[in-house]
Amino acid sequence: MTYIAKPKVHHPSLKKNALGLTRRDYEGAITTLCAGCGHDSITAAIVQAFWELDIAPHTVAKLSGIGCSSKTPAYFLKEAHGFNSVHGRMPAIATGAGCANQTLTMIGVSGDGDSLSIGLGQLCHAIRRNVNMLYVLENNGVYGLTKGQFSASADPGSMSKKGEANTMDAIDSVLLALTLGATFVARSFSGDKAQLVPLIKAGLAHKGFAFIDVISPCVTFNDHEGSTKSYAYTREHQVEVVQADFVPMRDEITAEQTPGAAKSVMMHDGSWVTFRSVAENYDATNRDAAYNYIRERQKEHEVLTGLLYISADSRDMAEQNELIPGPLTNLPFETLCPGSAELDKLMARFR
Amino acid sequence: MDRVNDFAFKIATANGTGSASANGLIMQAIFRMGIPVTGKNVFPSNIQGLPTWYEIRVNKHGYTARTPHFDLMVALNAATYAKDVAEVRAGGWLLFDSSWPLDEKLKRPDVTYLGVPLAELCNGAFKGVRERILMKNIAYAGALAALLGIDTEVIRQLTQEKFAKKPALLASNDTAIALGYNYAKDHFQCPLPIHLERMDETKDKILIDGNTAAGLGCVYGGATVGAWYPITPSTSMMEGFKGFCQKYRVDKETKKHRYAIIQAEDELAAVGMVIGASWAGARAFTPTSGPGISLMNEFIGLAYYSEVPAVIFDVQRTGPSTGMPTRTQQGDLMLCAYASHGDTRHICIYPADPKEAFEFAAKSFDIAERFQTPVFVLTDLDIGMNDWMVPKLTWDDSYRPDRGKVLSAEELEAAKSFYRYLDIDGDGVPQRSLPGVHPKGAYFTRGSGHNKFGAYTEDSDEYQEVLDRVNRKIQNAARALPAPVIRKTPGAKMGLVTVGGCHAACMEALDLLAKDGIHLDYMRVRGFPFSDEVRQFLAEHDTNFVVEQNRDAQLRSLLMLDTGTPLTKLESVRYYAGFPMSAHHVISGVKAKLEKAA
Repeated sequence: MTYIAKPKVHHPSLKKNALGLTRRDYEGAITTLCAGCGHDSITAAIVQAFWELDIAPHTVAKLSGIGCSSKTPAYFLKEAHGFNSVHGRMPAIATGAGCANQTLTMIGVSGDGDSLSIGLGQLCHAIRRNVNMLYVLENNGVYGLTKGQFSASADPGSMSKKGEANTMDAIDSVLLALTLGATFVARSFSGDKAQLVPLIKAGLAHKGFAFIDVISPCVTFNDHEGSTKSYAYTREHQVEVVQADFVPMRDEITAEQTPGAAKSVMMHDGSWVTFRSVAENYDATNRDAAYNYIRERQKEHEVLTGLLYISADSRDMAEQNELIPGPLTNLPFETLCPGSAELDKLMARFR
Repeated sequence: MDRVNDFAFKIATANGTGSASANGLIMQAIFRMGIPVTGKNVFPSNIQGLPTWYEIRVNKHGYTARTPHFDLMVALNAATYAKDVAEVRAGGWLLFDSSWPLDEKLKRPDVTYLGVPLAELCNGAFKGVRERILMKNIAYAGALAALLGIDTEVIRQLTQEKFAKKPALLASNDTAIALGYNYAKDHFQCPLPIHLERMDETKDKILIDGNTAAGLGCVYGGATVGAWYPITPSTSMMEGFKGFCQKYRVDKETKKHRYAIIQAEDELAAVGMVIGASWAGARAFTPTSGPGISLMNEFIGLAYYSEVPAVIFDVQRTGPSTGMPTRTQQGDLMLCAYASHGDTRHICIYPADPKEAFEFAAKSFDIAERFQTPVFVLTDLDIGMNDWMVPKLTWDDSYRPDRGKVLSAEELEAAKSFYRYLDIDGDGVPQRSLPGVHPKGAYFTRGSGHNKFGAYTEDSDEYQEVLDRVNRKIQNAARALPAPVIRKTPGAKMGLVTVGGCHAACMEALDLLAKDGIHLDYMRVRGFPFSDEVRQFLAEHDTNFVVEQNRDAQLRSLLMLDTGTPLTKLESVRYYAGFPMSAHHVISGVKAKLEKAA
């Protein structure tokens, strides 16, 4: 993890968003990940998406667990509160923070070890609760910081750098999320920024748990021949099934943004996600059909990407718990404490 | 010889038969007669079928500790009959269901047997299996009313309050009470030599369990987020909090909640949610028991080192491992004080009864926010789940929460700079900012090495500077915790030191020891780290008897470690078999030590 601040050199011609901020204002410290790491491309896409959405950085909470991926919140949105928690337990932090202050825009960044091994249970329950957050799983099939062990997302037959084959089945995070009732499920590739940025934007606008699994090759430990999470393998096997675009509330949906058999889903804030099925008959609003199609294509070694599933009637944790609007953190004390007269009355119950 | 308002009786039934409401009725009736009373529920880790007991102690002097000497046994469970017969004191009484013949082999010549055909009476009066079983309980309450002199008017009043909206149940209850009452009146000399007479000692008191009181304390302290995983014996605390929130925290117009309760997937998640919520600025807590604390350890270390407030209630039960989940102990004193790997030391506060559970619960949030650290509130199963007679709860309306050094948007805007872990005024407590408030408040919370500016570090000096400052902060907190309760006795040269729920047994033991010429000063510690007063008390006495409920003398270890008092001055008196401590445990422990020394 770094604390080297990036020099603040702003080119005067840098484009500004509606808040008058440039993309540089959405960056963080200089990355300490390996040169060429897929995670850094995802960081860049996150920066781009937040900038395009005109989200004030300080209204964001960026959360993570432990691992290479979990370091990345230091590398974007320097004016946002960050929380690098414990291994696999970021969802609990997000759940608590989301209860305390539902007005925070929460982004969690995790890895395949963090999410699918040590933190599998927490991921499942965050999905189940439909915590209102964007959850990015930077998936490289390998443990980087401890130098090259397989993770639970490693495909059977995939070779480690040391030449050992993985014998166990992979936990596929996208299928898992669909099974658990996730209300927004996407998969992308760190090398495909054009696809990733609109997905992140749509995920941030989604009210509920927006899950994006991003294949993010580990250039040091899992980018060799025989790996199924390498740049070469993913480029060759990636098949985009749904092109998604995100249209903010203020913009009109125009015809050119929705070519072909396009479908739109309105988000809670009035913005729209529009998507077009590239694959024939793929319906991203049908959970069962999506699941079956992904399964089927996996057998043909295709890595399906895009917005794989979205639910139009998502009820997030705050809604399910009937929380009052706004944060619970600064309510007037009189509205929380019933006071002495009420306590005195209550005492009759205990006599 | 008559023993008025000073005796104990025990009711043996099977779990899940509905005896709890009858037992509660008896206890409440005695309380309403103005007589000091305590009840201890001895229950199994089971839903239906295993044996369960309820012990009621009546004491005109107001002693509330458990006593294991029973004058009367209500033996209604064939499975435990032999054991129950053996527990009656010589010269005592045993009430049994005479619908079936009694095993002659189990008869004791020194016990008077009172046979009441409860099943026969109820089978005649009620239809349906369930009602017959339920009403058998109410019928023994009726018989006890006659035998012990419980005011039938008080009982009628209680049943009317309880079943105000259920007239059919009220009628059944009245019938069942009368069946038992009349049978006892007709067949025995009523009342027994042990019996009740009205007093006026309970009008400023209530009967309440510690979990309910602590849940209420969280409402009064302004907690808005509760996360938990169900575990005996803490479960009823969150149920209490929820009930009070439904009463006080639901918006009248919109029906929306000014609280969030999340049932977590496990205790790791529960404490993580508390830390996340506190980090975001809510007052948050989790109730649990020992196994939950074990699971929470990693997160507790994170909150300690990254300085996030968190309130954790540990309603202790017997350990190690699963132990006996429905028995009480003080086995987590060390665990909580030093939870998590690396150098940690945590603030702990120790209520002695439900009234303090209420007060400390409310106060715990001030402490956690002021010192930006986890705070443990340690009760136990006895405090948490049993009904205690305590003074009515009161509240000071001038109270306002102490949110600690949390900077507002205006303060951040005006500040030249903000560094999360910088000790500006030398008290060891840095300034804190909340997410979503101001761009200048942004910082990175991490459990990895960090310097005083909040940046990641692997520099030895920078790392150590923060770690040492956190230690100073915790030490400084000792003064802000509830002070020890100290009672000096003129001429006393030795001290008796205890913690938490042992208080009741110690108070009774001190009186009884004094009658034997053994005079002791008394100190009950209420907060860890220990304050100077604690250190001084120990120093003033050559011998301090340290009374606690665990095998390994954990309080004694804490006293030694934290105050530097040599072990030779700390004599351990322990009882840890799972029941609440009794005065005789204290007395025999102290006397044994004194005899050994003599």
